Amino acid sequence: MRAIMSTMPSRTKSSLFVGACAITAALFIIASRAIVEAPQEVTMGLVQKIFYFHVPCAWLLMLSTLVCAGGSLSYLFRGSERGDRVGLCAAELGVLFGLCVLVSGPLWAKVAWGVYWQWEARLTSSLLLWLMLLAYLLARRYGGASARQLAAALALFAAIDIPLVYFSVRFFRSIHPHTTVVSTLGPGMRPAFWLALVAFTALWSVLFYARLRAENTHARLVELEVLLDQAEEKKP
Amino acid sequence: MTASFWRYVLLVAAKDLRIEGRSREVLYTMGFSAALVVLVFSFALANATDPGQGPLTAAGVLWAATLFTGTVALARVLDRERENESIRALLLSPAPRPAIYLGKLLATSLLMILVEVALTLLVGVFFSTGVFDHLVWLAVILVLGTLGFAAAGVVFSAALLRARSREALLGAMLFPIVIPVLLAASRATACLFDPLAPDLAPVSFWMRFLLATDVIYVSLGLWVFEPVVTGE
Repeated sequence: MRAIMSTMPSRTKSSLFVGACAITAALFIIASRAIVEAPQEVTMGLVQKIFYFHVPCAWLLMLSTLVCAGGSLSYLFRGSERGDRVGLCAAELGVLFGLCVLVSGPLWAKVAWGVYWQWEARLTSSLLLWLMLLAYLLARRYGGASARQLAAALALFAAIDIPLVYFSVRFFRSIHPHTTVVSTLGPGMRPAFWLALVAFTALWSVLFYARLRAENTHARLVELEVLLDQAEEKKP
Repeated sequence: MTASFWRYVLLVAAKDLRIEGRSREVLYTMGFSAALVVLVFSFALANATDPGQGPLTAAGVLWAATLFTGTVALARVLDRERENESIRALLLSPAPRPAIYLGKLLATSLLMILVEVALTLLVGVFFSTGVFDHLVWLAVILVLGTLGFAAAGVVFSAALLRARSREALLGAMLFPIVIPVLLAASRATACLFDPLAPDLAPVSFWMRFLLATDVIYVSLGLWVFEPVVTGE
Protein backbone atom coordinates (compact mmCIF):
# COMPACT_ATOMS: atom_id res chain seq x y z
CA MET A 1 0.00 0.00 0.00
CA ARG A 2 2.79 2.39 0.99
CA ALA A 3 4.70 1.54 -2.21
CA ILE A 4 1.60 2.25 -4.33
CA MET A 5 0.99 5.55 -2.52
CA SER A 6 4.61 6.68 -2.89
CA THR A 7 4.56 6.15 -6.68
CA MET A 8 1.29 8.08 -7.07
CA PRO A 9 1.45 11.62 -8.44
CA SER A 10 0.65 14.30 -5.89
CA ARG A 11 -2.59 15.33 -7.68
CA THR A 12 -3.95 11.77 -7.53
CA LYS A 13 -3.14 11.64 -3.81
CA SER A 14 -4.96 14.94 -3.25
CA SER A 15 -8.02 13.71 -5.19
CA LEU A 16 -8.06 10.50 -3.15
CA PHE A 17 -7.81 12.53 0.04
CA VAL A 18 -10.70 14.80 -0.98
CA GLY A 19 -12.71 11.65 -1.84
CA ALA A 20 -11.95 10.17 1.60
CA CYS A 21 -13.06 13.43 3.26
CA ALA A 22 -16.32 13.36 1.28
CA ILE A 23 -16.98 9.73 2.24
CA THR A 24 -16.29 10.57 5.92
CA ALA A 25 -18.71 13.51 5.78
CA ALA A 26 -21.37 11.30 4.15
CA LEU A 27 -20.82 8.64 6.83
CA PHE A 28 -21.33 11.24 9.55
CA ILE A 29 -24.57 12.42 7.98
CA ILE A 30 -25.89 8.83 7.73
CA ALA A 31 -24.71 8.00 11.28
CA SER A 32 -26.37 11.16 12.69
CA ARG A 33 -29.66 10.16 11.07
CA ALA A 34 -29.37 6.64 12.43
CA ILE A 35 -28.60 7.98 15.95
CA VAL A 36 -31.60 10.30 15.84
CA GLU A 37 -33.86 7.48 14.63
CA ALA A 38 -32.49 4.87 17.08
CA PRO A 39 -34.94 4.11 19.92
CA GLN A 40 -34.34 5.70 23.30
CA GLU A 41 -33.09 3.48 26.11
CA VAL A 42 -35.84 2.82 28.67
CA THR A 43 -34.09 3.80 31.91
CA MET A 44 -31.61 6.46 30.77
CA GLY A 45 -33.61 8.12 28.00
CA LEU A 46 -31.96 10.66 25.72
CA VAL A 47 -28.62 10.75 27.59
CA GLN A 48 -27.88 7.19 26.45
CA LYS A 49 -27.22 8.61 22.98
CA ILE A 50 -23.83 9.90 24.27
CA PHE A 51 -22.85 6.22 23.97
CA TYR A 52 -22.72 6.56 20.13
CA PHE A 53 -20.09 9.28 20.54
CA HIS A 54 -18.30 8.07 23.68
CA VAL A 55 -17.53 4.45 22.67
CA PRO A 56 -16.08 5.28 19.20
CA CYS A 57 -13.88 7.96 20.80
CA ALA A 58 -12.69 5.45 23.43
CA TRP A 59 -11.90 2.93 20.67
CA LEU A 60 -9.92 5.62 18.80
CA LEU A 61 -8.00 6.51 21.97
CA MET A 62 -6.88 2.88 22.17
CA LEU A 63 -6.20 2.65 18.42
CA SER A 64 -4.09 5.82 18.57
CA THR A 65 -2.05 4.44 21.45
CA LEU A 66 -1.53 1.17 19.60
CA VAL A 67 -0.41 2.94 16.41
CA CYS A 68 1.80 5.27 18.46
CA ALA A 69 3.42 2.26 20.15
CA GLY A 70 3.89 0.51 16.78
CA GLY A 71 5.57 3.57 15.27
CA SER A 72 7.71 4.03 18.39
CA LEU A 73 8.78 0.38 18.29
CA SER A 74 9.87 0.75 14.70
CA TYR A 75 11.77 3.96 15.56
CA LEU A 76 13.49 2.57 18.66
CA PHE A 77 14.63 -0.74 17.18
CA ARG A 78 14.97 0.02 13.46
CA GLY A 79 15.69 3.73 13.60
CA SER A 80 12.71 4.40 11.31
CA GLU A 81 12.14 8.16 11.03
CA ARG A 82 8.73 7.46 9.49
CA GLY A 83 7.84 5.33 12.52
CA ASP A 84 8.73 8.26 14.75
CA ARG A 85 6.46 10.57 12.77
CA VAL A 86 3.64 7.98 12.84
CA GLY A 87 4.03 7.82 16.63
CA LEU A 88 3.79 11.59 16.99
CA CYS A 89 0.70 11.94 14.76
CA ALA A 90 -1.08 9.05 16.49
CA ALA A 91 -0.29 10.48 19.94
CA GLU A 92 -1.76 13.84 18.96
CA LEU A 93 -4.96 12.16 17.77
CA GLY A 94 -5.00 10.03 20.91
CA VAL A 95 -4.93 13.17 23.06
CA LEU A 96 -7.76 14.68 20.97
CA PHE A 97 -10.06 11.63 21.09
CA GLY A 98 -9.10 10.93 24.70
CA LEU A 99 -10.29 14.41 25.61
CA CYS A 100 -13.63 13.65 23.88
CA VAL A 101 -13.91 10.45 25.99
CA LEU A 102 -13.09 12.29 29.21
CA VAL A 103 -15.63 15.01 28.50
CA SER A 104 -18.49 12.86 27.19
CA GLY A 105 -18.11 10.20 29.93
CA PRO A 106 -18.68 12.54 32.91
CA LEU A 107 -21.64 14.19 31.10
CA TRP A 108 -23.30 10.77 30.91
CA ALA A 109 -22.18 9.83 34.43
CA LYS A 110 -23.79 12.93 35.99
CA VAL A 111 -27.17 11.70 34.79
CA ALA A 112 -26.61 7.95 35.21
CA TRP A 113 -24.62 7.88 38.48
CA GLY A 114 -25.41 11.32 39.93
CA VAL A 115 -21.75 12.39 39.93
CA TYR A 116 -19.37 13.51 37.20
CA TRP A 117 -16.48 11.31 38.29
CA GLN A 118 -16.02 8.03 40.17
CA TRP A 119 -12.61 6.65 41.06
CA GLU A 120 -13.20 3.25 39.53
CA ALA A 121 -10.99 1.07 37.32
CA ARG A 122 -12.23 1.96 33.81
CA LEU A 123 -12.26 5.71 34.40
CA THR A 124 -8.93 5.75 36.19
CA SER A 125 -7.14 3.62 33.59
CA SER A 126 -8.58 5.71 30.72
CA LEU A 127 -7.46 8.92 32.41
CA LEU A 128 -3.99 7.40 32.90
CA LEU A 129 -3.78 6.40 29.25
CA TRP A 130 -4.66 9.94 28.22
CA LEU A 131 -2.08 11.37 30.66
CA MET A 132 0.58 9.08 29.19
CA LEU A 133 -0.14 10.37 25.69
CA LEU A 134 -0.01 13.92 27.01
CA ALA A 135 3.34 13.07 28.65
CA TYR A 136 4.48 11.70 25.26
CA LEU A 137 3.83 15.09 23.64
CA LEU A 138 5.57 16.87 26.54
CA ALA A 139 8.57 14.56 26.17
CA ARG A 140 8.72 15.30 22.43
CA ARG A 141 8.74 19.02 23.07
CA TYR A 142 10.95 19.40 26.14
CA GLY A 143 12.89 16.13 26.32
CA GLY A 144 16.14 17.63 24.98
CA ALA A 145 18.59 15.68 22.84
CA SER A 146 16.97 12.30 23.43
CA ALA A 147 13.36 13.52 23.32
CA ARG A 148 12.35 11.06 20.63
CA GLN A 149 13.80 8.01 22.41
CA LEU A 150 12.20 9.11 25.66
CA ALA A 151 8.81 9.59 24.00
CA ALA A 152 9.07 6.24 22.20
CA ALA A 153 9.78 4.43 25.48
CA LEU A 154 6.81 6.20 27.01
CA ALA A 155 4.57 5.04 24.15
CA LEU A 156 5.56 1.42 24.80
CA PHE A 157 4.72 1.73 28.49
CA ALA A 158 1.42 3.40 27.53
CA ALA A 159 0.54 0.43 25.30
CA ILE A 160 0.55 -1.78 28.42
CA ASP A 161 -2.36 0.30 29.71
CA ILE A 162 -4.60 -0.68 26.76
CA PRO A 163 -5.49 -4.18 28.05
CA LEU A 164 -5.89 -2.67 31.51
CA VAL A 165 -8.44 -0.17 30.15
CA TYR A 166 -10.30 -2.82 28.15
CA PHE A 167 -10.41 -5.59 30.75
CA SER A 168 -10.63 -3.33 33.83
CA VAL A 169 -14.40 -3.82 34.07
CA ARG A 170 -13.85 -7.60 34.28
CA PHE A 171 -10.85 -7.64 36.64
CA PHE A 172 -12.09 -5.08 39.15
CA ARG A 173 -15.40 -4.29 40.76
CA SER A 174 -16.68 -1.60 38.42
CA ILE A 175 -19.86 0.39 37.99
CA HIS A 176 -18.93 1.26 34.40
CA PRO A 177 -20.99 -0.58 31.73
CA HIS A 178 -19.24 -3.80 30.71
CA THR A 179 -17.64 -4.61 27.35
CA THR A 180 -20.63 -6.88 26.62
CA VAL A 181 -22.92 -3.85 26.36
CA VAL A 182 -22.47 -3.72 22.55
CA SER A 183 -23.73 -7.28 22.04
CA THR A 184 -26.77 -6.56 24.23
CA LEU A 185 -27.87 -3.48 22.27
CA GLY A 186 -31.41 -3.52 20.95
CA PRO A 187 -31.84 -4.24 17.22
CA GLY A 188 -32.72 -0.58 16.52
CA MET A 189 -29.58 0.66 18.26
CA ARG A 190 -27.02 -1.60 16.58
CA PRO A 191 -26.92 0.07 13.12
CA ALA A 192 -26.55 3.51 14.76
CA PHE A 193 -23.66 2.26 16.91
CA TRP A 194 -21.76 0.55 14.08
CA LEU A 195 -22.29 3.48 11.72
CA ALA A 196 -20.99 5.90 14.34
CA LEU A 197 -17.98 3.64 14.92
CA VAL A 198 -17.18 3.48 11.18
CA ALA A 199 -17.69 7.25 10.74
CA PHE A 200 -15.39 8.10 13.63
CA THR A 201 -12.76 5.60 12.43
CA ALA A 202 -12.94 7.18 8.97
CA LEU A 203 -12.49 10.62 10.55
CA TRP A 204 -9.47 9.33 12.49
CA SER A 205 -7.95 7.90 9.28
CA VAL A 206 -8.45 11.16 7.37
CA LEU A 207 -6.98 13.26 10.20
CA PHE A 208 -4.11 10.85 10.64
CA TYR A 209 -3.27 10.89 6.95
CA ALA A 210 -3.44 14.70 6.76
CA ARG A 211 -1.29 15.14 9.87
CA LEU A 212 1.26 12.54 8.71
CA ARG A 213 1.49 14.20 5.33
CA ALA A 214 2.13 17.56 6.98
CA GLU A 215 4.78 15.97 9.21
CA ASN A 216 6.45 14.26 6.22
CA THR A 217 6.52 17.56 4.33
CA HIS A 218 8.01 19.28 7.38
CA ALA A 219 10.72 16.60 7.64
CA ARG A 220 11.51 16.97 3.93
CA LEU A 221 11.76 20.76 4.31
CA VAL A 222 14.18 20.40 7.23
CA GLU A 223 16.22 17.98 5.12
CA LEU A 224 16.31 20.46 2.21
CA GLU A 225 17.30 23.27 4.57
CA VAL A 226 20.26 21.22 5.82
CA LEU A 227 21.31 20.40 2.23
CA LEU A 228 21.04 24.08 1.31
CA ASP A 229 23.21 25.09 4.28
CA GLN A 230 25.79 22.46 3.33
CA ALA A 231 25.83 23.65 -0.27
CA GLU A 232 26.33 27.27 0.84
CA GLU A 233 29.18 26.26 3.13
CA LYS A 234 30.95 24.54 0.23
CA LYS A 235 30.75 27.66 -1.95
CA PRO A 236 34.17 29.32 -2.37
CA MET B 1 21.57 -15.26 31.12
CA THR B 2 24.98 -16.52 32.10
CA ALA B 3 26.87 -16.24 35.38
CA SER B 4 29.01 -13.42 33.93
CA PHE B 5 25.83 -11.46 33.14
CA TRP B 6 24.80 -11.57 36.79
CA ARG B 7 28.36 -10.69 37.81
CA TYR B 8 28.03 -7.49 35.76
CA VAL B 9 24.65 -6.77 37.35
CA LEU B 10 26.18 -7.06 40.81
CA LEU B 11 29.24 -5.02 39.79
CA VAL B 12 27.11 -2.10 38.54
CA ALA B 13 24.89 -2.24 41.63
CA ALA B 14 27.91 -2.51 43.95
CA LYS B 15 29.55 0.48 42.23
CA ASP B 16 26.47 2.65 42.80
CA LEU B 17 26.04 1.47 46.38
CA ARG B 18 29.76 2.02 47.12
CA ILE B 19 29.55 5.61 45.83
CA GLU B 20 26.41 6.11 47.91
CA GLY B 21 28.07 4.52 50.94
CA ARG B 22 30.85 7.11 50.73
CA SER B 23 28.70 10.20 50.24
CA ARG B 24 25.31 9.02 51.66
CA GLU B 25 23.87 11.87 49.61
CA VAL B 26 20.81 10.06 48.22
CA LEU B 27 20.01 8.32 51.53
CA TYR B 28 20.13 11.51 53.59
CA THR B 29 18.30 13.77 51.12
CA MET B 30 15.73 11.10 50.34
CA GLY B 31 15.19 10.20 53.99
CA PHE B 32 14.82 13.84 54.99
CA SER B 33 12.37 14.63 52.16
CA ALA B 34 10.40 11.47 52.98
CA ALA B 35 10.09 12.53 56.62
CA LEU B 36 8.97 16.00 55.51
CA VAL B 37 6.33 14.58 53.16
CA VAL B 38 4.90 12.45 56.00
CA LEU B 39 4.93 15.45 58.34
CA VAL B 40 3.26 17.71 55.78
CA PHE B 41 0.52 15.14 55.23
CA SER B 42 0.03 14.57 58.95
CA PHE B 43 -0.27 18.35 59.53
CA ALA B 44 -2.65 18.75 56.60
CA LEU B 45 -4.80 15.77 57.55
CA ALA B 46 -4.63 16.14 61.37
CA ASN B 47 -8.05 15.30 62.85
CA ALA B 48 -9.55 15.77 59.41
CA THR B 49 -10.02 12.16 58.49
CA ASP B 50 -12.82 9.81 59.34
CA PRO B 51 -11.39 7.21 61.80
CA GLY B 52 -12.59 4.47 59.43
CA GLN B 53 -10.43 5.94 56.67
CA GLY B 54 -7.27 5.96 58.84
CA PRO B 55 -5.59 2.87 57.32
CA LEU B 56 -6.31 4.10 53.79
CA THR B 57 -4.84 7.53 54.60
CA ALA B 58 -1.75 6.04 56.25
CA ALA B 59 -1.14 3.71 53.29
CA GLY B 60 -1.71 6.55 50.82
CA VAL B 61 0.75 8.81 52.64
CA LEU B 62 3.34 6.02 52.81
CA TRP B 63 3.19 5.40 49.05
CA ALA B 64 2.88 9.05 48.05
CA ALA B 65 6.03 9.78 50.08
CA THR B 66 7.75 6.78 48.46
CA LEU B 67 6.81 8.05 45.01
CA PHE B 68 8.08 11.59 45.60
CA THR B 69 11.30 10.60 47.28
CA GLY B 70 11.89 7.71 44.88
CA THR B 71 11.97 10.26 42.08
CA VAL B 72 14.78 12.06 43.93
CA ALA B 73 16.74 8.81 44.21
CA LEU B 74 16.23 7.94 40.55
CA ALA B 75 17.30 11.35 39.35
CA ARG B 76 20.44 11.32 41.52
CA VAL B 77 21.57 7.73 40.86
CA LEU B 78 21.50 8.30 37.10
CA ASP B 79 22.69 11.90 37.37
CA ARG B 80 26.03 10.66 38.68
CA GLU B 81 26.61 8.98 35.34
CA ARG B 82 26.16 12.32 33.59
CA GLU B 83 28.94 14.00 35.54
CA ASN B 84 32.21 13.70 33.58
CA GLU B 85 30.24 11.74 30.97
CA SER B 86 30.82 8.54 32.91
CA ILE B 87 27.74 7.06 31.22
CA ARG B 88 29.85 6.87 28.04
CA ALA B 89 32.50 4.84 29.88
CA LEU B 90 29.82 2.60 31.33
CA LEU B 91 28.29 1.98 27.91
CA LEU B 92 31.72 1.31 26.38
CA SER B 93 32.51 -1.26 29.06
CA PRO B 94 31.98 -4.95 28.20
CA ALA B 95 28.92 -5.04 30.50
CA PRO B 96 25.76 -5.87 28.51
CA ARG B 97 23.25 -3.00 28.55
CA PRO B 98 20.51 -5.14 30.17
CA ALA B 99 23.00 -5.91 32.95
CA ILE B 100 23.61 -2.17 33.43
CA TYR B 101 19.84 -1.68 33.62
CA LEU B 102 19.41 -4.45 36.18
CA GLY B 103 22.37 -3.18 38.21
CA LYS B 104 20.90 0.33 38.34
CA LEU B 105 17.49 -1.13 39.18
CA LEU B 106 18.95 -3.19 42.02
CA ALA B 107 20.89 -0.27 43.51
CA THR B 108 17.96 2.16 43.28
CA SER B 109 15.51 -0.37 44.74
CA LEU B 110 17.84 -1.14 47.67
CA LEU B 111 18.28 2.55 48.48
CA MET B 112 14.53 3.12 48.27
CA ILE B 113 13.74 0.13 50.48
CA LEU B 114 16.16 1.39 53.15
CA VAL B 115 14.34 4.73 53.25
CA GLU B 116 10.93 3.01 53.14
CA VAL B 117 11.73 1.13 56.36
CA ALA B 118 12.20 4.43 58.20
CA LEU B 119 9.18 5.86 56.38
CA THR B 120 6.93 3.00 57.49
CA LEU B 121 7.94 3.54 61.11
CA LEU B 122 7.19 7.27 60.82
CA VAL B 123 3.77 6.56 59.29
CA GLY B 124 3.11 4.08 62.10
CA VAL B 125 3.87 6.76 64.71
CA PHE B 126 2.12 9.75 63.12
CA PHE B 127 -0.98 7.90 61.94
CA SER B 128 -1.23 5.44 64.88
CA THR B 129 -1.15 2.47 62.54
CA GLY B 130 -0.18 -1.08 63.38
CA VAL B 131 2.67 -1.43 60.92
CA PHE B 132 4.00 -4.57 62.64
CA ASP B 133 0.74 -6.53 62.42
CA HIS B 134 1.57 -8.24 59.12
CA LEU B 135 5.29 -7.54 58.81
CA VAL B 136 6.14 -10.20 56.21
CA TRP B 137 3.26 -9.24 53.92
CA LEU B 138 4.14 -5.57 54.28
CA ALA B 139 7.79 -6.30 53.40
CA VAL B 140 6.71 -8.20 50.27
CA ILE B 141 4.43 -5.34 49.17
CA LEU B 142 7.16 -2.77 49.80
CA VAL B 143 9.62 -4.77 47.69
CA LEU B 144 7.14 -5.40 44.85
CA GLY B 145 5.93 -1.79 44.78
CA THR B 146 9.46 -0.42 44.82
CA LEU B 147 10.57 -2.77 42.07
CA GLY B 148 7.69 -1.72 39.79
CA PHE B 149 8.38 1.95 40.40
CA ALA B 150 12.14 1.66 39.88
CA ALA B 151 11.78 -0.61 36.79
CA ALA B 152 10.02 2.17 34.86
CA GLY B 153 11.94 4.93 36.62
CA VAL B 154 15.43 3.75 35.62
CA VAL B 155 14.43 3.74 31.92
CA PHE B 156 13.08 7.30 32.00
CA SER B 157 15.82 8.62 34.23
CA ALA B 158 18.39 7.22 31.77
CA ALA B 159 16.52 8.68 28.81
CA LEU B 160 16.48 12.09 30.48
CA LEU B 161 20.25 12.15 31.09
CA ARG B 162 20.75 14.66 28.30
CA ALA B 163 17.62 16.76 28.96
CA ARG B 164 17.89 20.20 30.55
CA SER B 165 14.88 20.16 32.89
CA ARG B 166 15.38 16.54 33.99
CA GLU B 167 13.83 16.70 37.45
CA ALA B 168 10.61 18.35 36.27
CA LEU B 169 10.25 16.04 33.29
CA LEU B 170 11.02 12.85 35.22
CA GLY B 171 7.95 13.31 37.42
CA ALA B 172 5.75 14.25 34.47
CA MET B 173 6.81 11.15 32.49
CA LEU B 174 6.97 8.69 35.34
CA PHE B 175 3.91 9.39 37.49
CA PRO B 176 1.21 8.41 34.94
CA ILE B 177 3.07 5.13 34.33
CA VAL B 178 3.60 4.17 37.96
CA ILE B 179 0.13 5.11 39.20
CA PRO B 180 -1.14 1.50 38.73
CA VAL B 181 1.75 0.37 40.97
CA LEU B 182 0.95 3.07 43.51
CA LEU B 183 -2.74 2.16 43.49
CA ALA B 184 -2.17 -1.55 43.94
CA ALA B 185 0.51 -1.07 46.62
CA SER B 186 -1.50 1.45 48.63
CA ARG B 187 -4.68 -0.65 48.47
CA ALA B 188 -2.82 -3.74 49.66
CA THR B 189 -1.04 -1.76 52.40
CA ALA B 190 -4.34 -0.20 53.55
CA CYS B 191 -5.79 -3.68 53.93
CA LEU B 192 -2.78 -4.73 56.05
CA PHE B 193 -3.04 -1.61 58.22
CA ASP B 194 -6.77 -2.10 58.81
CA PRO B 195 -7.35 -4.00 62.09
CA LEU B 196 -11.01 -4.52 61.10
CA ALA B 197 -10.23 -6.12 57.72
CA PRO B 198 -12.04 -9.49 57.65
CA ASP B 199 -9.32 -11.34 55.71
CA LEU B 200 -6.26 -10.83 53.56
CA ALA B 201 -7.88 -11.90 50.26
CA PRO B 202 -7.66 -8.38 48.75
CA VAL B 203 -3.95 -8.27 49.70
CA SER B 204 -3.35 -11.44 47.76
CA PHE B 205 -5.20 -10.01 44.73
CA TRP B 206 -3.23 -6.73 44.75
CA MET B 207 0.01 -8.64 45.33
CA ARG B 208 -0.59 -10.71 42.19
CA PHE B 209 -1.42 -7.52 40.32
CA LEU B 210 1.85 -5.96 41.55
CA LEU B 211 3.82 -9.04 40.59
CA ALA B 212 2.35 -9.02 37.06
CA THR B 213 3.08 -5.29 36.70
CA ASP B 214 6.66 -5.83 37.91
CA VAL B 215 7.27 -8.64 35.43
CA ILE B 216 5.92 -6.52 32.55
CA TYR B 217 7.80 -3.36 33.56
CA VAL B 218 11.13 -5.13 34.15
CA SER B 219 10.81 -7.04 30.84
CA LEU B 220 9.99 -3.82 28.97
CA GLY B 221 12.80 -2.02 30.77
CA LEU B 222 15.33 -4.71 29.79
CA TRP B 223 14.13 -4.44 26.21
CA VAL B 224 14.07 -0.67 25.73
CA PHE B 225 16.97 0.41 27.97
CA GLU B 226 19.61 -0.05 25.28
CA PRO B 227 17.95 1.95 22.43
CA VAL B 228 16.86 4.64 24.90
CA VAL B 229 20.23 5.15 26.56
CA THR B 230 22.36 4.88 23.41
CA GLY B 231 20.18 7.15 21.23
CA GLU B 232 21.36 10.66 20.41
